[in-house]
Amino acid sequence: MEQSESQRPQVSRLALFLSFSQITLSAFGGAIFWTRRTLVERRRWLTEREFLELLTLGQLLPGPNVLNLTVMVGYRFAGWTGAAAAAAGFLGWPCLVVVGMGQLYYHFGAVPQVQRALAGMSIVAAALLLATVIKLGIVLPRRWRPWLFGALAFVGVGVMRWPLLWVIGGLVPLGVFVAWKELD
Amino acid sequence: MQQVDLIALFLHFLALWFVAIGGPSTILPEVYRYVVDVQHLMTSAQFAEIYTLAQVAPGPNVMYVTLMGWHLAGWRGAAATTIPLLVPATTLTLLVGHLNERYPDARISRAIRSGVMPITLGLMLAIATILMRAVAHDWHGYLIALLTIGVALRKSLNPLWLLAGGALAGILGFL
Repeated sequence: MEQSESQRPQVSRLALFLSFSQITLSAFGGAIFWTRRTLVERRRWLTEREFLELLTLGQLLPGPNVLNLTVMVGYRFAGWTGAAAAAAGFLGWPCLVVVGMGQLYYHFGAVPQVQRALAGMSIVAAALLLATVIKLGIVLPRRWRPWLFGALAFVGVGVMRWPLLWVIGGLVPLGVFVAWKELD
Repeated sequence: MQQVDLIALFLHFLALWFVAIGGPSTILPEVYRYVVDVQHLMTSAQFAEIYTLAQVAPGPNVMYVTLMGWHLAGWRGAAATTIPLLVPATTLTLLVGHLNERYPDARISRAIRSGVMPITLGLMLAIATILMRAVAHDWHGYLIALLTIGVALRKSLNPLWLLAGGALAGILGFL
């Protein structure tokens, strides 16, 4: 069960670059699913527990969570250059693909069928975001504190349209302080 | 297309990523407010289209910032919005990732986890409703949204199928 330091697999920079390229190019509709599948099930570079720990950490740190995970995995196996190789594989290809799709859209975007298809997909995309919120909200503890902070964040940004920096700057220190007190 | 101040765009995204705790969804409302409400660089419908295109493309959903930069000012715009992504990851993440292997269960990390999570969810809910109002104009749109949520909550279907269903509904003239 426990994986000791000596059993940690040897992973080259090239393997990091190629694996994260493969992950990102197959990641339709969110990257976490594919990242776990590749790193844990297929390559066996990380155990489930190690993956979960790195993902949680990636979520707590500023920046895109899966990119943070990518950088930490690269660093763990091959230091700074490993982190650079993994991040280059993970972000490089999608940059090219997404701009290519943008090009196509500006050529064919005026076609009515494309417009209508995109209108339908926009609604589904927004609904998928709502479904994710509901799924994550189910695991939120049934106590007033987390629900109050969630509601305040929603009203501040979604209803009052206040700048995010104000809302986060006001709510996050308070939220962490209250949670700190609860841990007593 | 109007002239875009790329340096201001770069600095704004750089500042955003340092507060983007909980993933890229947390900065979505602020990106929207900045480019649509404050700078008037695009309409809310264009914003929703760019977000959707990036969701359909392979790769992390955060690539919408790249597409947005490219839409505003070509490759230089894409660089101005994408490079800031990497800055917190290469500084804070490596530093904290290193420290974490020594102190994984410190009280402060548990307090941050428990304190920040609900705020992240509230912010995600905010942007989901803002986007929904921009794209769904009548009960047809809301019906598709409800169906999508219902399926997404019950089945672990690849989201691509749902997006394809939305595209089909649009093409068939349901919207």
